[in-house]
Amino acid sequence: MAMTLGKDVSALFPDVLKNIATPDLDQKKLVYLYLMNYAKSHPDLCILAVNTFVQDSEDPNPLVRALAIRTMGCIRVDKMVDYMEEPLKKTLKDESPYVRKTAAICVAKLFDLNPQLCLENGFLEQLQEMIADSNPMVVANSVTALAEIMHSAPETGALAITPAVLKKLLLALNECTEWGRITILTQLAEYKTTDLKEMEHICERVVPQFQHVNPSVVISAIKVVFAHMKGLNYEVVKTYMRKMAPPLVTLLSSAPEVQYVALRNINLLLQKQPDILSKEMRVFFCKFNDPPYVKLEKLEIMIRIANDSNVDQLLMELKEYALEVDMDFVRRAVKAIGQCAIKIESAKDKCVNVLMDLINTKVNYVVQEAIVVIKDILRKYPGYEGIIPQLCQSLDELDEPGARGSLIWIVGEYAEKIDNADEILSTFIDGLEEEETQVQLQLLTAGVKLFLKKPQTQALVQKVLQSVTTKSDNPDLRDRAFIYWRLLSNDPALAKTIILADKPPITSTIKSLPPGLLEQLLSEISTLASVYHKPPETFVGHGRTGADALQKRALEEAQQNARENPIQAAAVSGGKVTNVDNLLDIDFDGGAPASASTPSNDLFGADSAETSRVASPISGLSANPGGIQQPANNLDDLLGVFGSDGSVQNGGGNTGGSEMDILGGFGGMSLGGTTSPPPPPPQQGGQQQRSQMKNEDILGLF
Amino acid sequence: MLSGILLFNQKGENLIFRQFRNDCRPRLSDVFRIQVISNAQVRSPILTLGSTTFSHVKHENIYLVAITKSNANAALVFEFLYRLIALGRSYFGKFDEEAVKNNFVLIYELLDEILDFGYPQNTETDTLKMYITTEGVKSERAMEDSSRITMQATGALSWRRADVKYRKNEAFVDVIEDVNLLMSAAGTVLKEDVTGQIIMRAYLSGVPECKFGLNDRLLLDDTGLSRPNGNKNGSKATRAAAGSVTLEDCQFHQCVKLGRFDTDRTISFIPPDGEFELMRYRATENINLPFKVHVIVNEVGKTKVEYQIAVRANYGSKLFATNVIVKVPTPLNTATTHVRTSQGKAKYEPAENNIVWRIPRFTGQSEYVLSADAILTAMTNQKAWSRPPVSLNFSLLMFTSSGLLVRYLKVFEKSNYSSVKWVRYMTRAGSYEIRF
Repeated sequence: MAMTLGKDVSALFPDVLKNIATPDLDQKKLVYLYLMNYAKSHPDLCILAVNTFVQDSEDPNPLVRALAIRTMGCIRVDKMVDYMEEPLKKTLKDESPYVRKTAAICVAKLFDLNPQLCLENGFLEQLQEMIADSNPMVVANSVTALAEIMHSAPETGALAITPAVLKKLLLALNECTEWGRITILTQLAEYKTTDLKEMEHICERVVPQFQHVNPSVVISAIKVVFAHMKGLNYEVVKTYMRKMAPPLVTLLSSAPEVQYVALRNINLLLQKQPDILSKEMRVFFCKFNDPPYVKLEKLEIMIRIANDSNVDQLLMELKEYALEVDMDFVRRAVKAIGQCAIKIESAKDKCVNVLMDLINTKVNYVVQEAIVVIKDILRKYPGYEGIIPQLCQSLDELDEPGARGSLIWIVGEYAEKIDNADEILSTFIDGLEEEETQVQLQLLTAGVKLFLKKPQTQALVQKVLQSVTTKSDNPDLRDRAFIYWRLLSNDPALAKTIILADKPPITSTIKSLPPGLLEQLLSEISTLASVYHKPPETFVGHGRTGADALQKRALEEAQQNARENPIQAAAVSGGKVTNVDNLLDIDFDGGAPASASTPSNDLFGADSAETSRVASPISGLSANPGGIQQPANNLDDLLGVFGSDGSVQNGGGNTGGSEMDILGGFGGMSLGGTTSPPPPPPQQGGQQQRSQMKNEDILGLF
Repeated sequence: MLSGILLFNQKGENLIFRQFRNDCRPRLSDVFRIQVISNAQVRSPILTLGSTTFSHVKHENIYLVAITKSNANAALVFEFLYRLIALGRSYFGKFDEEAVKNNFVLIYELLDEILDFGYPQNTETDTLKMYITTEGVKSERAMEDSSRITMQATGALSWRRADVKYRKNEAFVDVIEDVNLLMSAAGTVLKEDVTGQIIMRAYLSGVPECKFGLNDRLLLDDTGLSRPNGNKNGSKATRAAAGSVTLEDCQFHQCVKLGRFDTDRTISFIPPDGEFELMRYRATENINLPFKVHVIVNEVGKTKVEYQIAVRANYGSKLFATNVIVKVPTPLNTATTHVRTSQGKAKYEPAENNIVWRIPRFTGQSEYVLSADAILTAMTNQKAWSRPPVSLNFSLLMFTSSGLLVRYLKVFEKSNYSSVKWVRYMTRAGSYEIRF
């Protein structure tokens, strides 16, 4: 016990070693365990044990043979390696499958220690032959070992799946242990084939595994079918999808941790195939005792499968959640109601009603979140101005910048319909300097909008501009104030067309992964990458090199982006945007769906502050001079380009995510580092670099 | 794959540390202690720090942690940890700190056997118990047995020995259903489903092949369609008459031939010796809820909550449920309660913030009522009460909520012996919750 907990008992090494030749199996196991732990510190003494190992590997008892070969592989001493050769050769051909399967794994251990030796002795070829073994467990372990070797050294070509091998694998699949099945299924999923017959065959053989009792086998089987059904015709795909739904639902009755993994994966599958589970809304309803991480994930999925027919059910349920006490969960539920309204137009009335009910509960954080959400609804659907007075009543309760900013945006946007808009704003303006930047920016914009709509409020706007330009030390804020001021003093009519320009519509507020990343993650189903929704390179690294490689890749990506999108570059440097719609379309197609929310946000309104700040501080600056020189529409679009650009470069939709988070409370952040990590620094580096490039272009204009 | 398995107690003391790969260092246990056990903020079961991923599961009073350095299969890792728990439970009765401390050697031995180089190997309890035992295998015996043992541990029938002999061949089938219900305050059913298990205890000689039949609708439909004059119109009615059920999904023990089930839905298998879970299933249609619960809760001012709860048994009057427990949540600041019941005993349990109403025997078609007041103490910070749902617990024999029936169990063996089969049905409460 002391040994494995880090206490050093290596002084006893010679004494322990004397006991190695014991005939008692239990004692032998303990001595071996000791050896594994301390062989490193006493490499010389280890050699004394070699003889016993070699003897044991010829013991008539297969358990002892297997034990010897297993332990030898774990003693990571160079000298030992030389002695392993013979026993390993013998045991690989042992008559007992138990010994063979242990020896197969041992080859992977040996390769890890000394690849050279492994190759010279032809162990790899031997393993490849063992895929044809009569015992399914030996097959599975050989595949495991080969896959491991293949992973660490692809140049060996250790595991090549040929049609012959494929046949063997499919045969072994039905007979080996659950863990072996996972190994084989993983290989099947990675197997690339263009042959339709083969795809069909694989799917046919794998589908029965959906009924396996072990959830991880089920997920792996789903992964295989998902990977191989792409090539099949539409009807067949539909049947497979139907077959996939029940096992996916059953995964929800497993242990919470497994459920969490399953839910994260279902989330991915739904992004690719939104309608697999559209009839199964109810099973995602949260139980009172579900752990928080499961609850949040279930919410996420419920919104994804919401449609016209089940939205009523969902709303009832969301309202219930919004009255619970776990703050993160409640916020997320409120946000979900808003996402429902944006997603399903026919449900907008009901959603707004539910939100108004919630605001009436006067629970502080519910109200705040509801206001943020209502802002988006107002953006998308005109005609709800009637509820604004009610929103303004809860003015005093708002203490979070997100909610305050949203309310101010609403006031500015609908100033003409709010009689006392100037009073409301002036209460905020008095405390302008104490506000967060986000709120200050909103106030500034709202003040200007108010003035443009109701010219009699000139004093107010004057006060705001005055105080911001003289007292603020935030360049974003001050510069924006200067632009407004100059705009207003030069040509109010022009100012009106710029500031009160039509906003592009919101399409969705549900976070999605960019298609490229989604494809990659779908091939990683059930692995950690699929849980984090991040490519494996971001969290699996080999020390510094991993991070370096990542940085390099990010830079390359950024450069390639610049090459691929000459239109954007031209738009920025030329300062002339002719085909507004097309440009925006290009952004949507080539970029991240996550970014869809970015350009669609009001560019000078509530969100532009966050957008420009998150994307890059420089992009905000560079847009300003552009804005002065260009007609109104172009300015908007230019900013749009910048905004979405940020996400495209990031490639991970991370920027999109963090914008949403800043804007929409901290619902998405509640899982800590898991769901919405800050964009990785190297990528920001790439982005920065590019922004600088643009900045120079624009400076060149002057 | 897995780089190491760690076991911690609740205080964060490392109980077991077994590394399988070179990259798993002892100091990682400190990292986990600091980052997870002593950090109340952590909400996810998976945590990646640097390139090390900790996946943990909590059971009783121990943490089981798997360490991985690669992009491992997360579902597999958790499933494996749960399998480890199951193994521990079947070996020690209870898998907690004490059991771990008393069985260090055995646990190391087990870990060695079920994981090799971080890859899970055979985890079948029955097989493992043959050669990893608490009292130690006698060497002489091991000699002759072990080749047989290893054959079994790796064979295609890794779950069954060939030489089983019984004088009386019997098979017991238990159909156990957990009903899950979520009812809204308005009394509408939000979610109802049944998760069932079929547990079999087989005491059969030789290598018997069993065939098992249920009143599965798909199966009955198939046979119906194959008849030339299949009655297509009366689908629903005839089905109800025939008493068939729709199984949404089912999962089988690894002994069941999945390929055959997929083609013609026959459940055919060679059972392990002794007790095992033959299948699990899920049904969502036509569920008979055994209990109807009617809940009225009134918050009177800030000092009192009134409860009126009526529970009605919805099953035949010849049946009776046992151990019915109704848990009625009370606010956190409850001072005293006054409870009256028409049957059974009710008691306020402050530690759980519940009024627990126990009815030892609940006859079919009867209705019992509980009325209670909870008197609250004044609180300085009026935090809203989360109103957890009322939950029910019960077990009810000879009743299946889904309507599932075992139609036949056939045993085929070379020696052609006759066997006796017993079937038992039971319905239990899964999460039977009523909001108010």
